[in-house]
Amino acid sequence: MSNSQPTKFKGVDTQLIVYYIALVVIGWLTIYSSAYDSSQPFHLFDLAQPYGRQLIWIIAAAVLAFVVLAIDTKLIQTYAYFVYAAFMLLILSVVFIGTDINGAKAWIKIGSFSIQPIEFAKFATALAIAKFFSSAKTEKERKTQWITAFILIGIPAVIALLQKDTGSALVFASFIILFFREGFNGWILLAGIFAVILFVLTIVTNELYAVALLTIMLIVAWYFTKGDKMKIIRNIAIYAGFVLFVFAVNFAYNEVLQSHQRQRIDTILGKSVDPKGADFNLNQSKIAIGSGGFFGKGYLHGTQTKLNFVPEQSTDFIFCGIGEEWGFVGCTALIALYLALIIRLIILSEKQRNPFSRIYGYCVASIIFFHLAVNIGMTIGLVPIIGIPLPFISYGGSSLWGFTTLLFIFIKLDDN
Amino acid sequence: MNPLKEQRRIIIIALMVALMGIYLIRLFSMQVIDRKYKDLARNNAIREVVQQPPRGLIYDRNDSLLVYNEAAYDLMVIPKKVKEFDTTDLCNILEITKEELIQRLEKARKYSPLLPYIFAQQIGKEDYGYLQEKLYKFPGFYVQPRTLRAYPEPIAAHILGYIGEVSENQLKEDSYYQMGDYIGISGIEKAYEEELRGVKGKKMVLVDVHNREHGSYRNGEFDVPAEPGSNLWCTIDMQLQRYGEKLMANKKGSIVAIEPSTGEILCIVSSPSYDPNLLVGKNRSRNYAKLLRDTVNVPLYNRALKAIYPPGSTFKLANGLIAQQEGVINRYTYYSCGGGYNLGNHIVKCHSHAGSDLVDAVRCSCNAYFCRAFYNTVSNPKYKSVRDGYQAWKDHINQLGIGQKFNTDLPYESKGVIPTVEDLDREYRGHWHGNSIVSMGIGQGQVACTPIQMANLIAVIANRGYYYKPHVVKAIGSKDNPNTRYNQRMNSGIEPQYFEPIIDGMKLVMTSGTGRFAKIDDIEMAGKTGTAQNPHGRDHSVFACFGPVDQPQIAVFVLVENGGWGASVAAPIATLIAEYYINREVKRTDLEKRMMELNTR
Repeated sequence: MSNSQPTKFKGVDTQLIVYYIALVVIGWLTIYSSAYDSSQPFHLFDLAQPYGRQLIWIIAAAVLAFVVLAIDTKLIQTYAYFVYAAFMLLILSVVFIGTDINGAKAWIKIGSFSIQPIEFAKFATALAIAKFFSSAKTEKERKTQWITAFILIGIPAVIALLQKDTGSALVFASFIILFFREGFNGWILLAGIFAVILFVLTIVTNELYAVALLTIMLIVAWYFTKGDKMKIIRNIAIYAGFVLFVFAVNFAYNEVLQSHQRQRIDTILGKSVDPKGADFNLNQSKIAIGSGGFFGKGYLHGTQTKLNFVPEQSTDFIFCGIGEEWGFVGCTALIALYLALIIRLIILSEKQRNPFSRIYGYCVASIIFFHLAVNIGMTIGLVPIIGIPLPFISYGGSSLWGFTTLLFIFIKLDDN
Repeated sequence: MNPLKEQRRIIIIALMVALMGIYLIRLFSMQVIDRKYKDLARNNAIREVVQQPPRGLIYDRNDSLLVYNEAAYDLMVIPKKVKEFDTTDLCNILEITKEELIQRLEKARKYSPLLPYIFAQQIGKEDYGYLQEKLYKFPGFYVQPRTLRAYPEPIAAHILGYIGEVSENQLKEDSYYQMGDYIGISGIEKAYEEELRGVKGKKMVLVDVHNREHGSYRNGEFDVPAEPGSNLWCTIDMQLQRYGEKLMANKKGSIVAIEPSTGEILCIVSSPSYDPNLLVGKNRSRNYAKLLRDTVNVPLYNRALKAIYPPGSTFKLANGLIAQQEGVINRYTYYSCGGGYNLGNHIVKCHSHAGSDLVDAVRCSCNAYFCRAFYNTVSNPKYKSVRDGYQAWKDHINQLGIGQKFNTDLPYESKGVIPTVEDLDREYRGHWHGNSIVSMGIGQGQVACTPIQMANLIAVIANRGYYYKPHVVKAIGSKDNPNTRYNQRMNSGIEPQYFEPIIDGMKLVMTSGTGRFAKIDDIEMAGKTGTAQNPHGRDHSVFACFGPVDQPQIAVFVLVENGGWGASVAAPIATLIAEYYINREVKRTDLEKRMMELNTR
């Protein structure tokens, strides 16, 4: 692309473009492989086949990329909130007028194909966050900025939950990476991580172990405070808060969650071992990846992914196909490619003189990393099964266009 | 840049790289270290479909088909893999009720949740086609092609034998077999199981999560085609066999006919028999049970190999040979008779005649002559004691093929009874002499033989001194590939010149002796009648013969239970067999008709 219009896109970052194209091509090849059947005739643009449709979407994504590159950066910055508001309204409307697919009411049907607007809400939110953090604030505004920031990411997350699309809702948590970079209190993040640990402990063992752990920590802390009353009171308050959290988790898990949700959590935490039941998907996914071996079975020679053992094999579980056919070598290469893209994004962000561009770049890196970590993590059983796509690779127009827009806005910002 | 933010940027990148590092460690352990997933994937996607080879066909000695194959299909089920399916659909295809379906599934589950179980047996070709199309709807079910044996004619059931599902013991012993496979259980099917069964092949088929097949794995790179079983050519003459079975209709007994120069069995009849088609297909077990329950006719019992009878006068031939070989008698040895052999307190009766030499003794079947010859054989002064003398006699008898198994391709033969010295010691509490056991000299008393052993004795006489072990398979795989397992010439231990007086006597039997009414006009035959005493009823009619005398083509032994005199039933049947085989037509049609209609049951 950088060659086609050298004057206009002179400063476009070649590395990012190369990574982008590489990922899209890997995605298409994997989708093709998962549908490949030597006994069937091959037509590149066969719209009955996922690879045929994906090719159409890739072409559309390329057009979209050019359009984004043509937009004036000033406009992007100026209308960031407007874009955000528009997309929030759009995803909210989906809750009411959307179509139900796989239990999530997250789709708008236009003719014969469906769009998942939440994919576009990601870059819209990133724009709003970038605008919010880059704009000058009063002292008072500074004090409440974190609350506002959480509201900005909370709105789409809540709407996603209303759409029963838990995966997408969680994606908005990825902005916390940016918040940390922008000075959000590390202790609070640490507390959050500690809360996750307590959560796991409560469910895997029972709430008494979690409380016991907390109590031991309180006693140890007591010893180190050396009679500082203020600190003792503070510690007891924190302790009480966490104990309350543990009981809340216990209550929510047993009383609020539905059984299939409970099972998913159980599966990921290793509590249930019914290979044909709740963890069927995970099991099949692990078999596909695990059977790939060091060098893989070779392109088009996967059996697990081709024979429908792996569910959602070209969307959420597309990594299985790569793991099976390209093996450990392929997985390593793919992860390296993503890390190269993300690190490049961070490096470029830090170079930006315009804070809007810098913050937006971080948002892009955070979102892509979150998808990467959750998506691959779930296929190898390290993260609960949460239905989110692998950026640029998973089958689907909405996600490809969403990520293309997300990335190319940054490429454009960086170009200036 | 703000140092805090610089530090945090490094933290962020470090954490990201660290997390991906954890992922890679996890991937490495899953993909490279842990073998589990590879095995699981194999089971998941590749189904090894066993390719059953067609079982070898069986021809007679003249290339007439005796056994061939018909395809049939069993519906197998693996209970553990059964998921919800449309029961009405399956019920309709199999034409069973829902209750029956549930019952069968229950049975299968009880048998084993993981092993294949025959859900429906031998589905016809049309039903099979229909079922195959819908099979994907019934997870856990698959169709297993089977070979069913079929017989153009309902003859030779005993010798051909039958096949049936492998037993659990056989499964344990031989890893070749899998549950539900067929194996030869008796007859040629058992003896030549390894040749007939061929070699199983395998096909790697890709199967998706819905149990649907998606063609072969890697274009059949790992497939192994099945090797069909070898065809067999047996020594049986199908027409002669059919003829023999007709002659034995409504009689109990056996016919064994051997080609003396080769030991090939030309026909082997055990009557009553059964239609081999009964032990094929769906009704096999029911029919089998029925045949097994028939304790009057015992149709599954192969009398020709298993039944032991006192051989009667035909045994005198063996004793005549041994006595000569031992130097006790010669052609001209004359023994007076006078109505029997006097044992002091008991007389072994004979018909009234003055006495005879060896040839005449054979002709008139003189009891006194053969008692004395036997007595003199075992009491021969060249041996220290009667024990040694008896042992020498027994060695000869065994060398003639009597009292031991041939162990050829005829499974389940009896050994017969020729008592050992120890047996006799036990029986007579250590005190016995030549006269104690003298009835053995005329084929009575302690001796008992199977029809095939007696037929072999006649073959030895026809050959003037040697034999080949009787067997039923001529060639394996192709007609040019003779079965060489039994081509070892067995020496009878009797010198050729000693056969002549015996044969001369047997010739006279046919012309002026007990067999004269069974004479064949244009073939010179040598024969010997026998009447085996039967404590349970009418005597068994026995006849042994071979012909033509100069160039023997066939040696026949016939025993008809409760047939009475040897001359009355067994002799006509034996000579008809010989006539039919040698001339390919029978001129004595009246006799033939009478024999076929005769009912001695």
